[in-house]
Amino acid sequence: MMTGKDFLSDQEVRWCPGCGDYSILKQFTEVLALIGADPSQTVVISGIGCASRLPYYVNAYGMHSLHGRAPAVATGIKLANPSLDVWLITGDGDALSIGGNHLIHALRRNVGVPILLFNNEIYGLTKGQYSPTSRSGAVSKSTPLGSIDHPVNPQTLALGAGATFLARSMDRHPAHLREVLAASKAHKGSAFVEIYQNCNVFHDGAFEQFTDKKSQSDHAIFLQHGEPITFGTNLDHGLILEGSQVKVVPLAERSASECWIHDERDPMKAFALARMTEDLRPFGILYREDRPVFEQQVHAAHQNSRSFEEVLAMGRTWTVD
Amino acid sequence: MTKVLSHLVVLMAGDSGDGVQLLGSQLIRAAAQSGQDVRTLSDFPAEIRAPQGTISGVSGFQFQMASEAIFDPGDAADVFVAFNVAGWIKHQHKLKPGGLLLASIDGFDARSKSTAGLEASENPLEEAKSNFQVLEVDFKKITSEALKNQSLSGREKSRAKNMTILGLLTWLYGQSAPAMEVDLQRQFQGDLAAANVLAFRAGYHLGETAEWTAFRREVPQRKALPGTYKTLSGSQAMALGLAAVARQLGRQVLYAGYPITPASEILHELARIRPAGVLPFQAEDEIASITAAIGASYAGNLGATASSGPGISLKGEGMGLAVMMELPLLIINVQRGGPSTGLPTKMEQSDLLQALYGRHGEAPMPVMAIKRTGEALDDVLLAAKIAVESMTPVMLLSDAYIANSAEPFRLPDPEQMRRIEAPKADIRRAPYARDEHGVRPWIVPGTPEGMHRVGGLETEAETGNVSYDPKNHQSMVEQRSAKVQAVTRFYGPLSVEVGEDQGDVLIVGWGSTYGAIRTAVESLRVQGHAVSHLHLKHLFPLHPQVIPFMTGFKQVVVAEMNEGQLVQVLRSQTQQVIHFLGKTSGQPFASSELQAGIIPYISAS
Ligand SMILES: Cc1ncc(C[n+]2csc(CCOP(=O)(O)OP(=O)(O)O)c2C)c(N)n1
Ligand code: SF4
Ligand SMILES: [Mg+2]
Repeated sequence: MMTGKDFLSDQEVRWCPGCGDYSILKQFTEVLALIGADPSQTVVISGIGCASRLPYYVNAYGMHSLHGRAPAVATGIKLANPSLDVWLITGDGDALSIGGNHLIHALRRNVGVPILLFNNEIYGLTKGQYSPTSRSGAVSKSTPLGSIDHPVNPQTLALGAGATFLARSMDRHPAHLREVLAASKAHKGSAFVEIYQNCNVFHDGAFEQFTDKKSQSDHAIFLQHGEPITFGTNLDHGLILEGSQVKVVPLAERSASECWIHDERDPMKAFALARMTEDLRPFGILYREDRPVFEQQVHAAHQNSRSFEEVLAMGRTWTVD
Repeated sequence: MTKVLSHLVVLMAGDSGDGVQLLGSQLIRAAAQSGQDVRTLSDFPAEIRAPQGTISGVSGFQFQMASEAIFDPGDAADVFVAFNVAGWIKHQHKLKPGGLLLASIDGFDARSKSTAGLEASENPLEEAKSNFQVLEVDFKKITSEALKNQSLSGREKSRAKNMTILGLLTWLYGQSAPAMEVDLQRQFQGDLAAANVLAFRAGYHLGETAEWTAFRREVPQRKALPGTYKTLSGSQAMALGLAAVARQLGRQVLYAGYPITPASEILHELARIRPAGVLPFQAEDEIASITAAIGASYAGNLGATASSGPGISLKGEGMGLAVMMELPLLIINVQRGGPSTGLPTKMEQSDLLQALYGRHGEAPMPVMAIKRTGEALDDVLLAAKIAVESMTPVMLLSDAYIANSAEPFRLPDPEQMRRIEAPKADIRRAPYARDEHGVRPWIVPGTPEGMHRVGGLETEAETGNVSYDPKNHQSMVEQRSAKVQAVTRFYGPLSVEVGEDQGDVLIVGWGSTYGAIRTAVESLRVQGHAVSHLHLKHLFPLHPQVIPFMTGFKQVVVAEMNEGQLVQVLRSQTQQVIHFLGKTSGQPFASSELQAGIIPYISAS
């Protein structure tokens, strides 16, 4: 049995001390051990950014590719060899700015890779410019007066692109992160996982209210399929859906079983969850759907191809003796 | 008696909806099949349905058939088939004085004149009569009469007009009518096939009835090399080349493309012929197509991609990554007129410097060019062999001219094709350890105990780990360069296409100008001049003999379809004076224009 440590490469990890990426690397390698991954069948593909350094630290095959292009690289790998266990690591700038197009197309094709997006709402590697997920008004190196852009919502974007698996977790909740990562690997097709990651150098505390033990229970909802959606220190609040409106209700007024029961398979409800971008946000698996996997379909369609000799003989040929 | 000619050049021009290209391909197939050598030149508008009847909407197709081996579609036409007045106006200067103009008169009526921008008072056909022989034929009427009992729509009937023209041309130029009918029947179904054959016959009999025997010409058959043939365009031959690569490499080729004229044809052809071992993938853009191809190469396929103009620029970053990671990759650049969207359907050789130098950093990469359709398959195989056996991206240049020009293609014997041997996935060697040629092993994911990481950051020698060490960077830059320089081991001997190894003038070309240059040089030699033709297949690294070879000539002239790119490269490597003949009109060189350009250098030598 391999342990998480066995999945670490011999390379020195070079993130800033205190960076959330350390925890994600740790949970990731532990999950590889947990699911019994074969390092020689595992391929970790990334773009460019702090997050994207991760493949260098994993004892597996890997490629640190081009900024934003990891989904296309991963698609090529899957088309070349569908049996490989490919993971994709990306950042908010990498996946949603320069690589937005590739992300959309990997999701709609349903290429069989988990896509782990480390969202720190900042460009870390280039030293602190605002990113597509930075909130309006974000003060950064390139927006000293506050940003004007309306931020992208990674969850609704992925859902709109046709993602078949949507989840959210965080660097500071190892057990939850491991559970979500394992589920993303078990999914057949593209599994979009947004991971809240703290960049303690350029955007410290961006997700504090959701990740800090003291405030977490009031702001983070941990979804469980088939269970009522509840939160709060003593799970004393729940969500209900009135039409398409999400409402918070104190459980003193009604029982948990009267709350919104989480159904991962309901895209409309997933959309309502994905739209919760204020102080109360869902974590766990927001949505899941079964859809044929791209690379398998491509290979099935190419089954009865023609031999080279048959191709030569196609069309109108003539012979000179 | 039918007059016998060794060469016959036919130019057809009409509206892009007239089926000129279809008619042309039908005729050349027949000619090639009956033993004449054939070369073609297609010229079409960039718009799908350009305004009908206008000069900008003219679609042209020229071909030369000959009783000996030929290399270009000919310059001036012996025969001009004008489907409409716009076609005639646009290309009339290409008809030889005294040549035959076959005019489809329904395309010369008042309305056609006005859409072509002529005054009602102008009468181009009358004017033509003073310089050319003119046959005015009402093909529309003849066709509709031939089809009057057919249950087809008026539109379908009028479309059959080009079959009537085909019939007449078949009669005029001694092709076999039964063979043509069989061909038509194979190509069309049911009522349409029957109608097309009727229209064809009407055209075929027209010549006899009208007593046009004096206009008939016969081009004798030549003895072609024994073998099986079909007509293929350059892009079709390249697609076949990719199929050959999969066979010879014994691994899958992932061909990732994004639609762009004129490169799309390769993707279409692969999707149509579906060769075993070649997976065509239409990606979301050019960047995705090259990066998907890179991913595939990492995973042990050969990744291949093709594009044109702006699409090649988008791929630049990906090429740099493949150079850095040292993965095999085939990039086909079907050049077109640029910059930007430029002239998407026209030919130009203006991407050479981009191919050689258009990447960030020190990113050397072998660059080759295809010179004719007949060699496209083998060139693709050679490019793939270099890519795989040297673990490097390779760029193969084609252009809009080769991509579209069809010619009889002799099918290879699969057993005789080049072999490609992938570097072993030997895990006892470090992932970036080099063999005697500087080549690293190709250890692909899935290989037990071969785990390693690759990436765009500078690689440490041997291990491939990230390295910022100054000495390592210097050394790796040199190692990558030496590896690429060493691909000259795959080159054959340098040899001229025509002429001696020494003489007065050497014409150097590359790519699709081959036919025009060769034809020009051959005629100059017939006139007694000591001219030779050297055509470069390898643009980087150059064949080591190129520079020394040039010293055997008093004058060296580079002829290329740009503002002087190869000439700059050669000048940078020698003190010898090198002259330049260029053109960027979107139209290929005519051999006569090259001859005229070369003559001053002959007199100077
Ligand atoms: C083509 C290109 N443009 C720009 C860059 C510079 N660059 C590197 S990483 C990065 C942003 C990374 O942000 P994100 O994806 O959020 O990753 P993080 O560093 O925050 O983990 C940028 C702009 C690059 N490497 N390549
Ligand atoms: S800059 Fe931010 S994201 Fe990057 S390593 Fe440092 S703390 Fe982590
Ligand atoms: Mg970021």
